[in-house]
Amino acid sequence: MIRFLLKGILRDRSRSLFPMLVVIGGVMLTVVLYSWMMGFEKDIVRANASFRSGHLIVMSRAYAEDSDQMPNDLACLGVADLLTELKHQYPDVFWSPRIRFAGLIDVPDSSGETAAQGPILGLGVDLLSAKTIEPEVLNLSQALVAGRLPSSPGEMLITEEMAGRLHIDLGQKVTIITTSMYGSLTTFNLIVSGTIRFGIAAMDRGLVFADINDISSGLDMNDAAGEIVGFFNDGRYRPTEADQISKTFNSNPESQPDRFEPVMMTLMKHSGLEATLKMYRYVSGSLVTIFVAAMSIVLWNAGLLGSIRRYGEFGIRLAIGETQGHLYRFLIAESALIGLIGTVVGTILGLLSSWYLQEVGIDISSVMKNASIVMSDVLRAQITWTSYFIGFIPGLAATLLGSMISGLGIYRRQTSQLTKEFEA
Amino acid sequence: MRKIGLLAIMIAVVTLVSADDRLTGDDILRKVDENFGADSKISESEMKIKGERVTRTVKLKSWTEGTVKSFTEYLAPAREKGTKMLKLDDQLWIYTPQTDRIIRISGHMLRQSVMGSDLSYEDLMDDARYSEMYEAEITREDTLDGRACWVLILEAKVENVAYHSREVWVDQERFIPLKENRFAKSGKLLKYTEIKSVSRIDGRWYPERMLFKDDLKGGQGTEFVINKVSFDMDIPGHVFSKASLRK
Repeated sequence: MIRFLLKGILRDRSRSLFPMLVVIGGVMLTVVLYSWMMGFEKDIVRANASFRSGHLIVMSRAYAEDSDQMPNDLACLGVADLLTELKHQYPDVFWSPRIRFAGLIDVPDSSGETAAQGPILGLGVDLLSAKTIEPEVLNLSQALVAGRLPSSPGEMLITEEMAGRLHIDLGQKVTIITTSMYGSLTTFNLIVSGTIRFGIAAMDRGLVFADINDISSGLDMNDAAGEIVGFFNDGRYRPTEADQISKTFNSNPESQPDRFEPVMMTLMKHSGLEATLKMYRYVSGSLVTIFVAAMSIVLWNAGLLGSIRRYGEFGIRLAIGETQGHLYRFLIAESALIGLIGTVVGTILGLLSSWYLQEVGIDISSVMKNASIVMSDVLRAQITWTSYFIGFIPGLAATLLGSMISGLGIYRRQTSQLTKEFEA
Repeated sequence: MRKIGLLAIMIAVVTLVSADDRLTGDDILRKVDENFGADSKISESEMKIKGERVTRTVKLKSWTEGTVKSFTEYLAPAREKGTKMLKLDDQLWIYTPQTDRIIRISGHMLRQSVMGSDLSYEDLMDDARYSEMYEAEITREDTLDGRACWVLILEAKVENVAYHSREVWVDQERFIPLKENRFAKSGKLLKYTEIKSVSRIDGRWYPERMLFKDDLKGGQGTEFVINKVSFDMDIPGHVFSKASLRK
C-alpha cells in the first residue's frame, strides 16, 4: 500500500506538492527555531556560569543577600580552610575563590598625574596557580586580542575597548582605585599584560581581570573572598546534582547560624536563571504549539482544496464500492507519507541552517552596543539530539490533523446522490 | 518724673534680658562658627571604626588653614601609614605610598568612606562655615545630657552641599552642636553625629570625642577622638602643596 501511495504522490504532484512544501518550510523553521533557542539558552547559561555564578557558588549569607552590589565587607573569611573543606567534601567539583569589585582605573601621564580615568568592573580570579582552570573557564585565551595572559603577580587584563578609549598601552602601569574590605578607599598599581574582547557588550566596556592574590592584597582581603565558585569537573552543569550538593552543604550542622556563615547556591538560583529559563521554555513551547496549530490550519485548508479538486475521484471510488472508512484511512495514510517526506527534507534543511548559525552565527553587536545584560554579541544556534526529531511533531501532527479535519467531508458524501452528482 | 525714669530703666532691663531670647537661628549659627573658627589648626586624632565584624583604629595628624586648606597624614595602622590627603578649596588629592601616585578625588569618589569610617571625603571637604551654607530656623528647645539646647533646622542656601538639610541641637551656653541629623534632599536621614565630650581649649569650646554614624552603613559608627589640638599656629606654606604629599 505504501508503494502504491508513494507512486501516487510522486506521479500526481498537484496532489502533494503544496502540502509538502508547507511541511518542509514549517519543519525547517521549527528545527531552526528550536536550535536557535537552545543556542541562546546555552549561551546564557554558559556566560552566567563562567562569569557570575559558577555551577555552584559559596558566599556569606550577608553577601548573598546583596551579591549584585559586590559587598566585599561582607565577604567570607577563613577561605583557605573553607576551600580545603569543599575540596574534601565535593571532589567532583573544582572550587576557586573569586573577588568581584567595582572601581576606577586611573591612567597616569609621564609626570604621574592623572591622564585618563574610567569605571571598571574587576574580577580577581586564580590565574597563576598550577592547577587553575579559571583561564579556561573564562575563555581568556580565545578572548585575548593583544599581549598575553598574566604570567606573574602584578599583571592584569583589560578590555580592548577600554584600552582604546583610555589610551592604555600594553606594559603600562595603571592604578586601580576601589574600596577595601573595610570600606576605605584603596589604590594599587597593576601592569597591563594584555587586552581582551568577549563579544559581550556589557563586559567589553569595563571588565578587568587580575590574579586573586593581587586583588586580595589590594582590597585588604587577607584569607577572604567574596565568592567561591565551583564547576563540575566535566564542565557540564547538572541541575539535580547541584541542587543535592547545595542542600547538603546548607544543612551542615557545624555551620554557624549567623549572617556571615557560608551558604551555597546553584547556578540557577543565584543567577535567577531558574525563573528566566522556565519562562523562556514556556514561551518557546508555546511558540512551537502555535506554529503547529497555524500549520495545521494551512494544511487543513490545503486538504480542503485537495478534497474539492479530488471531489470526482472520491465520488468514483465510493461508487465502485470503496467504503468511506477505507477512503478516509487512505487519505490519512497518504497525508502521513507526505508529512514524513516533508519532515525528513525539512529537518535536513533545518539542520543545515542551524549548523550554519551554530558555526557562524548572526552578529548583533550594533544592537547590543549599550546593552547591560551578559549576552553574546553573536547569536548562535545549538544543535542537540532533540533538533533531529523536533520537526517530526509539527510535520506529522499538522499534516495528519489537517487531513483528518478536511477528510471528514468524505463522510458527508451520500452514495445515493453520486449518480445525480455525476449527471450534473 | 521719677516714675518715668524708673519705667525707662525697667524697659531697658527687659530689653537687655530678652535680647538673648531673640537670637535668630542665623545668629546662633554665626556664634557656632565663631566658636569653631580659627586662622589655623594642628590636630592629632584617631578614629575608632566600629564595623560589623572588626573595630579598627586609624591615627592621623592634620594641618588646617582657614576653611580652604587642609593637609592630613595617616600615622596608623601600618597599611595606611604614609597615606596623605591635601585639600585646597574644592579640590582633594590623595597620595598612597603603595602606588606612589597623587590622585585627585572627585565626583562620586567624594562620597566614599574615609579609611572605612562613617565619614566621607565629602564630609572632610565640608569645612565651610555653617552660616555660609545654611539658613537656620529655631524649631524648639530641648535638653541633651542635662544641657539646654536649641533645636535648629538648617536648610541649604547654596548648591553643592553634602547634606541638603540638617537638624542640629546647639548648646545654649557653649554654642556647640551637640547632636546632628543630616538629611538628603529626599528627606532621608544620611548621617547622625553626636559630640560626646567637650573641653575648653584656648578660650573656645571644642569637641574632644564625637560619634559619627552613617545611616546607610552597617556597624556601630565611628568614634572620632581629638587627642591634641592647637589653634592659630604658624604653618609653613609648603605644607599645603602637592609636593608635600610625596615627602
